[in-house]
Amino acid sequence: MLVVVCVKQVPDTTQVQIDPVTNTLIREGVPFIVNPYDTHAVEEALRFKDRFGCRVAAISMGPPNAEATLRKALAQGVDRAVLLSDRSFGGADTLATSKVLAAAIEKLAKEEEVGVVICGKQTIDGDTAQVGPGIATRLNFSQLTLVDRVDELDLSGKKIRVSRKLEGRHEHVEAPLPVLLTVVRELNRPRYPTVAMRLESADAQVEVWDNKVLQLDVNGIGLKGSPTWVSRIFSPERAKGEMLGDGAHDPEGAAQLLIDKMLEKDLLAL
Amino acid sequence: MMPQTAIFTTLLVASLLFFCWSVYRRFSLLCYGQPEERLDQPARRLAEMFLYAFAQLRVLRKPFGLNHFVIFWSFMILALANGEFLVNGVFPSVSLALLPEGVHRALLLAFDAVSLLTLFAIAFSFIRRLVVKPPHLDSLYVKGRSPEAFLILSFIALLMLAYFGLHGSLIALGMEDPSAMPVSSLVGSWLSSHPDLIPALRNVSWWLHAFVLFAFICFLPHSKHMHILTAIPNCYFGALAWPATQPREKFEKGAVYGVGTVERFTWKDLFDSFTCTECGRCQAACPATITGKALNPRQIVHAIKTNLLENGDALREGRSGTLPLIGAEGEGTNTEDAIWSCTTCGACMEACPVLIEQMPKIVKMRRHLVETESRFPEELLNLFENMEQRSNPWGIAPGERAKWVSTLPVKPFVAGETEYLLYVGCAGSFDSRAKQVTVALATVLNAAGISWGILGKDEKCCGDSLRRLGNEYLFEKMALENVELFRQRGVTKVITLCPHCLTTLKNDYRQYGLELEVVHQSELIADLIRSGRIKLDKKDDSLGKIAYHDPCYLGRHNDIFEAPRTLVQAATGVAPVETERHGRNSFCCGAGGGRMWMEEFTGERVNHARVDELLAQKPDTICVACPYCMTMMEDGLKDKGAGQVRVRDVVEVLAEGLLRKNA
Ligand SMILES: Cc1cc2nc3c(=O)[nH]c(=O)nc-3n(C[C@H](O)[C@H](O)[C@H](O)COP(=O)(O)OP(=O)(O)OC[C@H]3O[C@@H](n4cnc5c(N)ncnc54)[C@H](O)[C@@H]3O)c2cc1C
Ligand code: SF4
Ligand code: SF4
Repeated sequence: MLVVVCVKQVPDTTQVQIDPVTNTLIREGVPFIVNPYDTHAVEEALRFKDRFGCRVAAISMGPPNAEATLRKALAQGVDRAVLLSDRSFGGADTLATSKVLAAAIEKLAKEEEVGVVICGKQTIDGDTAQVGPGIATRLNFSQLTLVDRVDELDLSGKKIRVSRKLEGRHEHVEAPLPVLLTVVRELNRPRYPTVAMRLESADAQVEVWDNKVLQLDVNGIGLKGSPTWVSRIFSPERAKGEMLGDGAHDPEGAAQLLIDKMLEKDLLAL
Repeated sequence: MMPQTAIFTTLLVASLLFFCWSVYRRFSLLCYGQPEERLDQPARRLAEMFLYAFAQLRVLRKPFGLNHFVIFWSFMILALANGEFLVNGVFPSVSLALLPEGVHRALLLAFDAVSLLTLFAIAFSFIRRLVVKPPHLDSLYVKGRSPEAFLILSFIALLMLAYFGLHGSLIALGMEDPSAMPVSSLVGSWLSSHPDLIPALRNVSWWLHAFVLFAFICFLPHSKHMHILTAIPNCYFGALAWPATQPREKFEKGAVYGVGTVERFTWKDLFDSFTCTECGRCQAACPATITGKALNPRQIVHAIKTNLLENGDALREGRSGTLPLIGAEGEGTNTEDAIWSCTTCGACMEACPVLIEQMPKIVKMRRHLVETESRFPEELLNLFENMEQRSNPWGIAPGERAKWVSTLPVKPFVAGETEYLLYVGCAGSFDSRAKQVTVALATVLNAAGISWGILGKDEKCCGDSLRRLGNEYLFEKMALENVELFRQRGVTKVITLCPHCLTTLKNDYRQYGLELEVVHQSELIADLIRSGRIKLDKKDDSLGKIAYHDPCYLGRHNDIFEAPRTLVQAATGVAPVETERHGRNSFCCGAGGGRMWMEEFTGERVNHARVDELLAQKPDTICVACPYCMTMMEDGLKDKGAGQVRVRDVVEVLAEGLLRKNA
């Protein structure tokens, strides 16, 4: 059985700024990282591999440099990595993205039965949490979102039991395979790649599939196939704060000033 | 051949054969260790061997070391007497009496006096072990009051007593000249009044002397007294580069990283373990041991020896041993907890009388855990990721590196235009308290008219914590990036704020072919004070009584003890007060070796122990010269409810003095 993990390369958001003029992200010089939730997805897939001996494939849709993200997954131990990259995939919204990812999973399934697909709960740049469910819908898989624990994966009985982390409560649910999970950070602690695996992954093959491979209708993917448009992105303005006193050398004085200020602004009651 | 000679010869040959076999069994195991170059610079090595093995400089650092010094030199001198005894036992016609009369008499006098001295020294050793009982003589598996320790002491005492018995009898029989042997002649004159005892005592003493020597020869290679054979060569093979920084690793497919099984250590690491005298000095100095952690540097060395002996047969058969080096319980193995408790402070290495290198062995085992097993305390995952992704331990956006500059005019470093690169380091760039130190340093440098600049956003972490934590792969990546950056920018002279940056740039990057002139801020400023470029006429006493804490990586690791004290003296007119453990013997703050980024679950906190010691001096201010020490001292003072005591970096003290002068 094959487990497929979807990983996305995202800009390191602590370092992202928004261009106030064009209202777009300034991507220049910003380092890319693996979407943090997706590292937990990879880890869970690898745990299935460790326990049941299933194979793991990681797929990512993105520009050619997203290969680094897949190489990291290879260093952690996935067996196969596929980069979905084509100019016609560019500018996709969540609908178009999930179409491409679903098509890739279907293609993988032709070689080996896909039992589980694992996605992150959401990305830290797009933040929509729609791609996972989008894929499940297109593939007609059961979907279990916000998984924080896998209680049982029963390969012969073809079912899975998980815990879902909801606001203020947990839900224990069971679903038949094939299934798509979206996972939260509490699920596991991602493994740190050993040096041997890093070195091996450096020369490992990352397959690149373009639309010649997937053969999707270009009007249904990428910018053309995206019904959603971004009208404006902006960071909420935050008024610059003011420095009060000298906390390092006169902490009491500074604390007094702070209290006075808060009283004055009616933020503290005596 | 006389029957006595025949029996003696047989026993001697048997003992020597057993000795050779035992020595061969043990020392042939060294061949399973990895290669390491320890034969270079023979002249320097001979000098080290003379200083530490023969002059026993380290041994003599502790008062009781004098006792060992006496025993050691007596042993050396008596080796001649015992040699003669053995040869004479086999060839009764050969003896030192064949030497010229004057030489022979001088030797006899020496043997006599030295034997008496040894008896006293052995008596002191008994008293020490039985009455004084210093706690560091005991470790988990080796006790100060073990049968082995007393057996060896008794052997030596018996040997001396037998010597006096034998020579006293010979004197009483008129066969030896009493005038050359004052102590033996006392025995002789007592025997003259008991003539019937003489033949029996002569015989008994002779055989006792013989049997003790044979027993000693047989027992030696199997006991901790093996150090008699290994200590001298171990001092010869000692590390010439101090501090002993970690060696590079070769990253290539199929290679093995770090030390996970005993034969992965180098032959010298294994030889170290055969050399340990179980003196316990390292354990008495180790901040981890003292505060109740699982780590005891002496036990690390002992575990290596035990593991090697235990797995020796397997190694000979080309297998790996069954006793794990890491992770099991009991003797001959190291717990992971112990391995992670080390602050790499170097106190153990500083204390060891026979130049054993405990700390690098711990880091080698960390390398195995991180690089091969990917097993380390949870907190470190974040650290490793932050370092890899954002080149700083906190994971703050690299773009914020130069934010401290906002209040000051600071130039970027440009080769040819600025003389020094100020390598601010991660703490100095991101930690809010350390940033104040950076500003103070910048003020002082400007006041002294130094030409300096920074790399700003382009500066990267030096990787110190990664290397000490055993993540050599990532360290190497960062080191190579930095070396490339420094070369590109034409950096040759560097000022660092932090002793960890100092040691990494100065001592570790050398392994990558980068030779920089790196100074710690305190060294540079102390020079400026000495040369009169910084003058402070008005002394400032507003900080009250100042106690100085030596950072391990500034002091012990880089020999900078005076400079930071000079800064305090210049600004306040008074030298800082010293704690009991200071200078070379200073006690770690608890943050080195990557411990800064780890939780401390067991025992007392290291920084609490250190703060207590500093508070005993009743200071108003504690001075440090390292941002990690700063954090540890401030936290420790808060925890101890001593928040009224301030913590200052030495450069802040000086900067405040300068401000006052200009005011
Ligand atoms: C109108 C519009 C225009 C956009 N234009 C651009 C653009 O021009 N360039 C651009 O880079 N982005 C663009 N985006 C953002 C991009 O479309 C989304 O980031 C993407 O569709 C995924 O959505 P998300 O990030 O919210 O993922 P979520 O739905 O939050 O992600 C959930 C999980 O799905 C998986 N996943 C998501 N995306 C991928 C992927 N690409 N590969 C593999 N797995 C994935 C991951 O496991 C992830 O954890 C645009 C978005 C919109 C709405
Ligand atoms: S380096 Fe310091 S903490 Fe580590 S074992 Fe030696 S003395 Fe103990
Ligand atoms: S390692 Fe050195 S200091 Fe420690 S017990 Fe052995 S000989 Fe003594």
